[in-house]
Amino acid sequence: MKDLNRTFTTKAVRGKSKKEIVKALNDVNLTINEGELFGLLGPNGAGKTTLIKILCTLLLPTSGEAKVLGHDVQKETNAIRQKINMVSGGETSGYGLLTVRENIWLFSQLYGIPSKEANRRIDMLMKELKLEHKKNSKVRTLSTGLRQKANMVRGFMTDPALIFLDEPTLGLDVNASRLIRDFIKKWMREKPGRTVLLTTHYMVEADELCDRVAIINDGKVLACDTPANLKRLIHQDAVLKLEIKQVQDFSAFENIPGVRNCTHEQCIATGTTRLKFILDDESAVADIVAAVPKSGSRILSVQKTEPTLEDVFVTLVGRGLTNHEV
Amino acid sequence: MAVNTQSARKRNLLTFKWSAWLGWQMESNWADPFLFMTYSIAKPIAGSLILVVMYSIIAALGGGTQVGMFHYMYVSNAFFMYVGQVLFGVAQIVHDDREHFQTMRYIYISPSSYFSYMIGRSVSKLVITTFAVVITLAFGVFMLNIPLEIFAVNWLLFLVIMLIGILCIMAFGLALAGVSFLTAKHQGGMNEGIAGLFYLFCGVVFPVSILPAWGMAFAKILPITYWLELVRRTLDLGVGMDSTLAAASTPYCLAILCLSTLVFSVLAVAIFKVGDTVARKKGLIDMTTAY
Repeated sequence: MKDLNRTFTTKAVRGKSKKEIVKALNDVNLTINEGELFGLLGPNGAGKTTLIKILCTLLLPTSGEAKVLGHDVQKETNAIRQKINMVSGGETSGYGLLTVRENIWLFSQLYGIPSKEANRRIDMLMKELKLEHKKNSKVRTLSTGLRQKANMVRGFMTDPALIFLDEPTLGLDVNASRLIRDFIKKWMREKPGRTVLLTTHYMVEADELCDRVAIINDGKVLACDTPANLKRLIHQDAVLKLEIKQVQDFSAFENIPGVRNCTHEQCIATGTTRLKFILDDESAVADIVAAVPKSGSRILSVQKTEPTLEDVFVTLVGRGLTNHEV
Repeated sequence: MAVNTQSARKRNLLTFKWSAWLGWQMESNWADPFLFMTYSIAKPIAGSLILVVMYSIIAALGGGTQVGMFHYMYVSNAFFMYVGQVLFGVAQIVHDDREHFQTMRYIYISPSSYFSYMIGRSVSKLVITTFAVVITLAFGVFMLNIPLEIFAVNWLLFLVIMLIGILCIMAFGLALAGVSFLTAKHQGGMNEGIAGLFYLFCGVVFPVSILPAWGMAFAKILPITYWLELVRRTLDLGVGMDSTLAAASTPYCLAILCLSTLVFSVLAVAIFKVGDTVARKKGLIDMTTAY
């Protein structure tokens, strides 16, 4: 993508609002590598879906250039469509009067997949996504989670070289979300060269799945790197929290190299002491752990907190995903 | 390679075949076969009876019956079902797929042509309408004494007229589908309005000759006027009720029908393509408005 722009003109409502030009994408420059699981992270209205729509040939850009697998999105739509597919979350698509299998099979025919091969792929994917027991149920009878699984089968059944996943776990329960995330990881591992562009506003999902993440807000790409590198951007202190059997003498924890600050809190009710170390150097962790038996205590729990993608997002955007200013 | 590397032509044929199957499933799969069959027979018969009532009232108000006029109305209305069902149905596919089933985006980004898909879907409308027309005619012949002489009909000519007429109606439907890409709120009214226009000006319930001069002139540029006239002539029913095209020979009417169908088909494809491109430009391909 090179200097990609997309504007929308809102309609004027007499006496209520004026015609407005909204920049959904603002000079977006991104390169997604083959074989990469690339994440687009941003709040609602950031431009994630607009970008996906342009790349999967549903929408034309206002200006700029976008190429998918080497093909121009404006001029070479047929070449692109043979190699891509898309799954959107939080929708209820499908022909309710058809069964799950019939729905998916119909789409396989639009891609020209021979019937026998289509059936094999559908069976395999339904098994992996735990949808087998519903294959002959009418789509209208499915719950949101099952519909989304059927949607996933439809998208992956064509074995695309590049798949666009637009909030694929939106509105799903923990188990269904985990199943879908595990499936995506497995699908990527199975064949090198497969590429995924995932949009999400779940930070954990982006952190867990993506090789690289672009943080997008108000149509602008604010940062793009691996999750680890993005976290390094904000230079947040590493903090180690220990809960140990209650001690009175803290001399063993003094002057440990790499520790900038140590605080403690006694908890009489549980007979424990909570220690909090702010680290300049993460190699100090080993010395801190070794100091516990020297103080005559033992470790009950250890927790090391690191900056999350959410911290990166808040630092870059100035607000969280829930639109509250910080 | 993500998908089978068959030719675009073969894939479009497959798309046509399976979208026709989808259309049939959607038209027929909502009830068990017996209920569906009962409905398919009862609906056109009920429509015929409405015509009978309408004619009886008009005849009573006019002070007498004119059997030829009833035949004119009956046959014209029976075949007008194609206009109502196919034209309206084809244009409605865009609305249904986009807003109701929310499948349009997935069909649109597949390597198949959306145009082939639309043609396939409209075939099921055609089959069901043909069945309704046959039932209506059979009911007319056996219950209302419509004098259809089956062995006297030039069926080859009738087939040619039907093929061209249906092509023309589908072309109108595709043009409306192209416009439907760009609107959700006005789509239903637009489809009904166009079908109503044809109902009023093409000699369906009354002869074109009773229209004012401007109405007659307008009727003469509409291919449906010629199609219905040719259908009536071929079946030899209600002929002579309308003086507008009385002087025009059958080959002349057929030539006008062919020419206007060709013109409207080219226009329809162009409108469909323009609608498609503008919708993609404006981001309307997958809009859901909940209208």
